[in-house]
Amino acid sequence: MKMTLAKALNAGLRRAMEDDPKVVLMGEDIGRLGGVFRITDGLQKDFGEARVVDTPLAESGIVGTAVGLALRGYRPVVEIQFDGFVYPAYDQIVSQVAKFHYRSGGRVAMPMVVRIPFGGGIGAVEHHSESPEAQFAHTPGLKVVACSDPLDAYWMIQQAIAHPDPVIFLEPKRLYHSTKAEVDVDAAPAPLFESRVVRAGTDVTVLAYGPTVKTALTAAEAAAGEGKSLEVIDLRTLSPLDMAPVFESVRRTGRAVVVHEAQVNLGLGAEVAARVAEQCFHSLEAPVLRVGGFDTPYPPARAEEFFLPDLDRVLDAVDRSLAW
Amino acid sequence: MTEFLTPSPSHPDMVQLLNPEGERVSHPDYEFSPDRPEDEAVRGFYRDMVLTRRLDVEATALQRHGELGLWAQLLGQEAAQIGAARALAPQDFVFPTYREHGVAWCRDVDPMQLLGLFRGTDQGGWDPAEHNFGLYTIVIGAQTLHATGYAMGVQMDGLVGTGDPTRDTAVVAHFGDGASSQGDVNEAMVFAATYNAPVVFFCQNNQWAISEPVDQMVKVPLYKRAQGFGFPGVRVDGNDVLATYEVMKAALKRAHEGGGPTMIEAFTYRMGAHTTTDDPTRYRVSDEVEAWKLKDPIARVEAYLRRGGGASSSFFSKVEAEADELGERLRAGIHALPEPDPVALFDNVYSELPPELREQRDGYAAYHASFDLEGASR
Repeated sequence: MKMTLAKALNAGLRRAMEDDPKVVLMGEDIGRLGGVFRITDGLQKDFGEARVVDTPLAESGIVGTAVGLALRGYRPVVEIQFDGFVYPAYDQIVSQVAKFHYRSGGRVAMPMVVRIPFGGGIGAVEHHSESPEAQFAHTPGLKVVACSDPLDAYWMIQQAIAHPDPVIFLEPKRLYHSTKAEVDVDAAPAPLFESRVVRAGTDVTVLAYGPTVKTALTAAEAAAGEGKSLEVIDLRTLSPLDMAPVFESVRRTGRAVVVHEAQVNLGLGAEVAARVAEQCFHSLEAPVLRVGGFDTPYPPARAEEFFLPDLDRVLDAVDRSLAW
Repeated sequence: MTEFLTPSPSHPDMVQLLNPEGERVSHPDYEFSPDRPEDEAVRGFYRDMVLTRRLDVEATALQRHGELGLWAQLLGQEAAQIGAARALAPQDFVFPTYREHGVAWCRDVDPMQLLGLFRGTDQGGWDPAEHNFGLYTIVIGAQTLHATGYAMGVQMDGLVGTGDPTRDTAVVAHFGDGASSQGDVNEAMVFAATYNAPVVFFCQNNQWAISEPVDQMVKVPLYKRAQGFGFPGVRVDGNDVLATYEVMKAALKRAHEGGGPTMIEAFTYRMGAHTTTDDPTRYRVSDEVEAWKLKDPIARVEAYLRRGGGASSSFFSKVEAEADELGERLRAGIHALPEPDPVALFDNVYSELPPELREQRDGYAAYHASFDLEGASR
């Protein structure tokens, strides 16, 4: 069945709730409205108000009470309405959610998913287009993943919910309704914490996740027309990073370009570049290049096209890499 | 204007059943009615308070001797904690701050495990599920949300209003007057009211948030805040173990029966420092401390028991001997606490080690072992 990313996530949540009665969804407007992006559409109608909980408007409250539910044996799945609204819950996420298992010497599990629609490109007002992934990937105890296509999203959300550790689940909001693909609900899923090659190539390895996977694939298509072969890897898992396929690829191509929407300074690309440099030093033909948001706050909507890495900026970086 | 901050013992808004002179007083809404013979119950409270105080005194001394990195003192708050904890049903669950040593005592957490946290050999060595007592929480007020969420879970489990006192379950969120300013505490109260969660917010108003007096942040009596959230608030004399026990029992009963949240403000005083790094003489006057000494929570129970013949002098010497024994055990045990294994740093970050972390661990283990080998060959 062909599904949008949004529909695939909805179907994945539904299946997770059917499979495990301890799964409870919580968030602002997720019940009757079905969430501002409609990801939880129809779930409250079918599972009731006790399992799809419309909460007061208080992000720390949502995550903090979810901690209590997890301690009681539930598997809370929390929706943060927009990336820029996660900061009021930041303390609960990094100081409580991330550390419970460690602090308790492994006695307490914290099986929680925090879903965050992230990234820009939808023409929104401020605080609605941010990419906070590095802040969570920098926190030991959290796992951070980003989906980029419907089939993957359908399985990843279920795997994240079933996983015993807390998972920050990033959903590229500009792909919610613009990406449609076949979702085989019977197919065996890829492991949650592995990156994967989504397009094979030989000249440059392009690394992306979430919304920039589509950008990278479009760039690869355009580059092919110019006789350049780009290998595109969807990192999928940002913490822990799964670098083995990246190293294997870079050893072949000798070149790597990392693409993300987040600000470049201390962003995930910096970590990826450092690890590639450590492990593939002798194979590299060029320094690892980064294409990302500028080190500015996210700009007003009518300027976001200048901020977001697009096909041309990716191709420019590919050319610079090849020019070494 | 700030009369509410220093209510007199007979203040109409403050529940008291045993006054500082050790005399029983009555209150229209609360009556001391323990679940065992009265004198036996009071003797039990007395013993708990004396042993908890000894734990506190010994731990403070151990910190002064460099054996603990830090200690959060509870001196003066024994009645608030023992009264609150002894009212609990076994199945109730408690979310503490980092000062609930008396509650931990009543929940049978080995005091050595509290010392482990402050010595830095672990981050809280007890199993919350075994004691129905959560880990100490350092970030101010964060645990009140955990308590509320846990209480929401209790409710989803159908464990309120069953009519079976061995099943009906309540949750207690401890916090202090300082924490009442935190967003999390206020959000916890919003959630608790919204979902009618079986949670008791137990605020020990000990008058000082480190160096900041309560009147710097509180402009109406704390217990009155509950009304704004839509549930009852009660102020109790936190230095009166009988009253605290009864007020807590009533709040727990309300939660057990499905009546929802209650806030209790236990009006008390932190006689010591905020923690052992703090110097209270820099910010408060000795007159205040002296005045509160006259309201000592243990002295009034002792006076009551002695005057009324509720306990013999051999009882007091027995408790004293028990306290000495506890002190001895803590002093002897401190060096027996196991030092952390360096390689164990990597344990329990996740349910299993991710490959990168495994590499870090194995690399560090080998590095660490190389020093041992050098040592062995010398």
